[in-house]
Amino acid sequence: MAMNKKTKSRIEVTFIYLFLAVMFVLIAYPLLWTVMMSINPGTNMLVTKMLPENPTLEHYKWLFTDPRSDYVIWYKNSLLVAFANAIGSVILTSLVAYAFSRYKFIGKKYGLYMFLLLQMFPALMGMVALYILLSTIGLIDSLVGLTLIYLGGQIPFNAWLVKGYFDTIPKELDEAAKMDGAGHLKIFWTIMLPLAKPILAVVALFNFMAPFMDFLLPRIVLTSPEKYTLALGLFNFINDQFSNNFTRFSAGAILIAVPIALVFLLLQRYLISGLTSGATKG
Amino acid sequence: MAKDDKKAAFDIKQPRNIAALLSVFVPGLGQMYNRRFIKGILLFVIAVSFLMAFWDYIDIGVWGLFTLGTIPREHHSIQLLIQGFISLVVLFFGIAIYIYNVKDARNDAIAREAGRPNPTFFKAMQDFYDRGFPYFMILPGFIMLIFVVVLPLAFMVSLAFTNYNQYNSPPRKLLDWVGFDNFVNLVNVDIWQDTFLNVFTWTIVWTVVATTLQIVLGLFLALLVNDKRIKFKRTIRTVLILPWAVPAFVSILIFSALFNPTFGAINRDILSQFGMMIPWLSDPFWAKIALIMIQTWLGFPFVFALFTGVLQSVPADMYEAADVDGGTRFQKFRFITLPHILFATAPLLIMQYAQNFNNFNIIYLFNEGNPAVRGQSAGGTDILISWVYKLTFETNNYNMAAAITIIMGLVISIFAFYQFRKTAAFKEEGRY
Repeated sequence: MAMNKKTKSRIEVTFIYLFLAVMFVLIAYPLLWTVMMSINPGTNMLVTKMLPENPTLEHYKWLFTDPRSDYVIWYKNSLLVAFANAIGSVILTSLVAYAFSRYKFIGKKYGLYMFLLLQMFPALMGMVALYILLSTIGLIDSLVGLTLIYLGGQIPFNAWLVKGYFDTIPKELDEAAKMDGAGHLKIFWTIMLPLAKPILAVVALFNFMAPFMDFLLPRIVLTSPEKYTLALGLFNFINDQFSNNFTRFSAGAILIAVPIALVFLLLQRYLISGLTSGATKG
Repeated sequence: MAKDDKKAAFDIKQPRNIAALLSVFVPGLGQMYNRRFIKGILLFVIAVSFLMAFWDYIDIGVWGLFTLGTIPREHHSIQLLIQGFISLVVLFFGIAIYIYNVKDARNDAIAREAGRPNPTFFKAMQDFYDRGFPYFMILPGFIMLIFVVVLPLAFMVSLAFTNYNQYNSPPRKLLDWVGFDNFVNLVNVDIWQDTFLNVFTWTIVWTVVATTLQIVLGLFLALLVNDKRIKFKRTIRTVLILPWAVPAFVSILIFSALFNPTFGAINRDILSQFGMMIPWLSDPFWAKIALIMIQTWLGFPFVFALFTGVLQSVPADMYEAADVDGGTRFQKFRFITLPHILFATAPLLIMQYAQNFNNFNIIYLFNEGNPAVRGQSAGGTDILISWVYKLTFETNNYNMAAAITIIMGLVISIFAFYQFRKTAAFKEEGRY
C-alpha cells in the first residue's frame, strides 16, 4: 500500500468537507442574494448589485408605511387563518384519530383505506367544485371559507399520523382508567392528549405554517386584495411587474421566511421524530 | 339447531320481526310496539322532519344528477350536479338513521323476549352515548372531509363524463352525459393526443428524476455528516436543513428571478464570466433542467433530516459484526445501512414521489409551465396537474381537465397501493 491509512483517511475527510462547503454555497447563495436584493435602493432590477454601494431599508419601510402597501393586512390575515387552522386541526384530527385508534365501529377499516388514498389527492383536483360550493354558501372571498377548506383537507394525512401515534400509547393505560370509572372523554382528555403532545405539536405546526406557504387555494378562493394572505399577496406583487417590484418582494419574503425558518429549525427534531413514529412505526 | 334458528328468523309472528317490520314501515313505530315510547316518538319526529326538510331537495337533486336539467337557461346543469351529490350525501345519512331505527327496534324486541326489563331513560341515554361514542368523535371530521375532499373529487370525476367546456356551459346551455367521449378524444384527436403524450412523459420523467435526485443527495449527505470523523455536526445539519425551513413558494419565486435571463444573477453574474448565456426560461430543455435542480435543492433537506434520524437507530453491533467478518465499507452500506433505513422510511419516500407528481407549486411559480410549445395546449414544462389548472382556469376546458384528473388519480392510486402494503401501522391494523 503506497498510502498509509491515516493519510487516506485525512484525504477522505478533506473531500467530505469540500463537498459540504460546495453545498453550503449552493444553499446560501440564493438566500443571501435575496437579502442583498432587499437592501438595494430603488426598484429597478437591472441596476441591482449583489453588494449594493448604499444599502437601504427603504423597502421594509415601504411595506409597513406606504398607503399602497397591504402587507400588514396580509400578515394579519395569514396569522388569523394560521391560528384557526392550527387549533381546529388539532381538535378535529385528535377526535378522529382517537376513535380510529381505540374503538370498533362500522366502516373503520375502509375509513383507514380512504384516508390513505385521499391524502394523496391534492386539493387542486377538486378546485372547481370547491369554488362552486363556497359560492353557494356565500363563503367565497372569505377567510372563513379558506380555513374550512384547510381544515377539511388536512384530515386524511394528519388523522393517519395521529392515529399511528395513539396506537403506540399502551392500551393498558386507558383500560386501567376505565376500571377507575373514567368516561370516554375523560380518558381522551387526561390520558391520550397529554401523552400525544409531541405529535399534536407537529400537527399544529404543520397547519400553522400551511397558510403561510400555500398560494394556490387563496388564489382561487380570495379575490379582494384586503383578504389576501401573505403568499398570495406577495405572488401578485411580482406577478404583474416582475422586475419592477422584486426588491420590495425580497423584503416582504424575508419577513415571512425568517420567523418561519426559525420556528422550523427550533422544532425540526420533533417534526422528524413525529413523522417517523407516526407514519412508519413498526 | 341451526335450522331451527333459521326457521325462527322467518317467523313473522315473532316480536323481533314484528318490531323490525313496524319500524320499516313507520320509523319509531317498532320502538313504540316495544313500549319504548320516548325513543319511538323521537325517531318518528326525526324521520318526519327529515322528509319534510329534504324531500324536495333530494328529489330535484337525484333527478338533476340523471338528466342535468331539461330546459336551457332555467336549469343550471352544474348547480344541479352539485345538488345531486349533496342529495346523495344527505340521503346516505337518512338511510343510516333509517337502518339504525330498524335494527334498534329488533334489538329491543330481542331484549324483551329475553325478559330483560326496559332500561330507564337515563340508562338508555347512557347506552346510546357509549355505543355511539366513536361515531360522535368522527362525525365533525367526517362531514368536513365529505364536503371539502370527497364531494369535490366526485364532482370532478363526474365532469369527465360531460361535455362542459367554454363553448358549452350553463346557464346558456345544458350539459349532457357523454360517456367516455372525452377519454376517446384525448387519445384520438391530434392536438390532445400530442399534448397529452408530451405532458405525461415529462410528468413521469420529472417525478422519477427529481425525486430520485433529492433522495440520493439527501442520503449521501446524511451518510457524510454521520461519519465519525466529521466535526460541527449540529451546525452542518442546521445549514443543510435551511432550504426546507424557508417557505417553498418564497424560494421558488427567488429562483425564478435568479434564473431570469435579463436580470437574474445566474446569467448576469455567474455564467457571463464564462461568456455563456443560457435561455433558462424560454427553452423547454433548459427550463426542465432548472426545475429539476431547484426541486433537488428544495427537496433534499427533508430526506436528509429523515435519514439522519434513522441512521442513528441502526444498531452498532451489526457494524461490529461486519467488521469481524471483514466486510468492506460498501458491503456494510449495501447490506446493513441501506435495508435498515429504507425499511423505516419507505412510506415517506413513496410520499415524496407522489408529492412531486402533484407538485403544482414549483412548475407554476417558476415559469407558469412555459415556454409555450407550438401545436399543443400545454407549456413545455407543464406537468399533468399544472396543465389541468390551465385547462380549468384559463381555457375552461372543464371536461378534458376532469378526464386528465381521473388519469392522474389512477397513477396516484398506484402510489397509494404501495403505501398500503408498506405502512407498518396498517399491517398492525390487520391483526385486530
